[in-house]
Amino acid sequence: MSAVNNHAWTETEIRKIRADFPLLNNTEYAYLDSSATSQKPQCVIDKEKEYYEEFNANPFRGLYEISVKSTDEYEEARALTAGFIHAGSADEIVFTRNATEGLNLVAYSLGSILVHKGDIILTSVEEHHSNMLPWRQLAERTGAVVEYVEPEPDGSLNPEKIKAMLKPNTKIAAFTAMSNIFGYTNDIKTIARYAHENGTVLVADGAQSVPHTKTDVQDMDCDFLAFSGHKMLGPMGIGVLYGKMEWLKKMPPFLTGGEMIDSVSLDDIVYAPVPHKFEAGTVNAAGAIAFAEALRYIGRIGFDRIEERENELCTRLLEGMKKIPHITVLGSEKAEEHHGIVTFKVDGVHPHDVSTILDADKIAVRAGHHCAQPLHQYLHIPSTTRASLMFYNTEEEVDRLLASAARIRTEMGYPD
Amino acid sequence: MASTFYNEILTDHNIRPGHKYKLDGANMVLEGVNPSCGDDILLQLKVENGIITDGAFVGDGCAVSQASCDIMLDMIIGKTTEEAKHLSGLFLKMIKGTVTEEELEELDEAGALQDVSHMPARVKCAVLGWHTMDEMFGEEEEKAKEKAKAKKNKA
Repeated sequence: MSAVNNHAWTETEIRKIRADFPLLNNTEYAYLDSSATSQKPQCVIDKEKEYYEEFNANPFRGLYEISVKSTDEYEEARALTAGFIHAGSADEIVFTRNATEGLNLVAYSLGSILVHKGDIILTSVEEHHSNMLPWRQLAERTGAVVEYVEPEPDGSLNPEKIKAMLKPNTKIAAFTAMSNIFGYTNDIKTIARYAHENGTVLVADGAQSVPHTKTDVQDMDCDFLAFSGHKMLGPMGIGVLYGKMEWLKKMPPFLTGGEMIDSVSLDDIVYAPVPHKFEAGTVNAAGAIAFAEALRYIGRIGFDRIEERENELCTRLLEGMKKIPHITVLGSEKAEEHHGIVTFKVDGVHPHDVSTILDADKIAVRAGHHCAQPLHQYLHIPSTTRASLMFYNTEEEVDRLLASAARIRTEMGYPD
Repeated sequence: MASTFYNEILTDHNIRPGHKYKLDGANMVLEGVNPSCGDDILLQLKVENGIITDGAFVGDGCAVSQASCDIMLDMIIGKTTEEAKHLSGLFLKMIKGTVTEEELEELDEAGALQDVSHMPARVKCAVLGWHTMDEMFGEEEEKAKEKAKAKKNKA
């Protein structure tokens, strides 16, 4: 399980990993829906339990031992998160509920000081609704305009196309670092450079990219990056917003209330410094501390090994899919550009019927528009089926999906 | 491989629907939509003196929604609106799992969708056509009531 290993994963290693995830051993299902939410290893579940059993106390408030411990561990989780994405400082990490909340925070707070009537917010057709609707709402509030970049056939966003669309009054550009439909990793680093040359703030949606690839926010040079804990082995209800300090300092708070101030009188408010200014009310300390455990778990395996394993499984799935008539996979031909995300359509069969047949064979996938309706409209497909893999999946599970997928058409009454 | 509930009646009505086309001369038309899954039908009926003389639908969606609507049309064409409403009531009973053996017999080919009663996620798909028809007749009744009321007030 060390990062220096560069041989294929052995069966012992795979078995050891599988043993860490109780749900995988408690279900007959082949769980192939990790892009919706990942499963959790025992150590994460134990950590959340340990928090509530041993040191649950409201962080930042109490002056007694367990409240201090709660505060310390919460702040340690922040520092660990900063290290995980290579942020310059732990203070640039704001804990949120999820990526959606992080993106809304930026749209409201940064939007209120930066975006005015007639300004432009640039995003893309392939965004998850979470990275589209907050910008459209911002545009509605301010009289700004949202413009959309169209994706390439392989699902990537072309930085040159983005560069050509940037205008003097494009104040914010917001793009996904990895599409939840195509699995393609967008070149945020180049996009950020072009945005900055134009004086545009670059917001990246990392909900899919951070769980599957190594993230270095300083190298990418994005101004903001939002992601969710639950898609990367952490509990639900904890997410992260990374922001550059220069922006976080200028931005007004998003929510106001408890434990986000230095002092309040009836005439005056002095807000707490960043990041606490953005964490009003009692925080999800248990979630953040368990999330830190998830980061440690991922760190012990290492992204080199994770990517290698996910690529191995994804290659098997893509190769198998190519052999099944009437199935088309969306996006790139190359498995390494999918990061475990394989979205497909079956000729003449609605994705809900696909999902029902797979369900009968105890295979969990997602069917529908995957919170990316505009992309489906753009592709002229009402909806799709998505299998999403993670390193804890097995060849056997991939083969089960392939066998089940191969019988969908005949099951639906077609001759082949 | 586990068996699925996609029996021959269902898949046949989905792939080779008998009533999926635009009906000229329909005097009752209503769209039915399941926004969460995108099932979408446009139900068109020709109703004369309380009898459904012809009917058809156009639309997109899963096999369950499309086949169910086609089967429904098979059953209601030639029947009175009252009989159609009665069948709709039985269909909903079947989906809720409270239908009797006799009632199931009355439902004929629509009985092919009985397994949906164990599949909460697909109930909306199965009832889309039937709901749309109920709504259609309901609206008609409302209109008739209002007309009668207006007449009464005039008098």
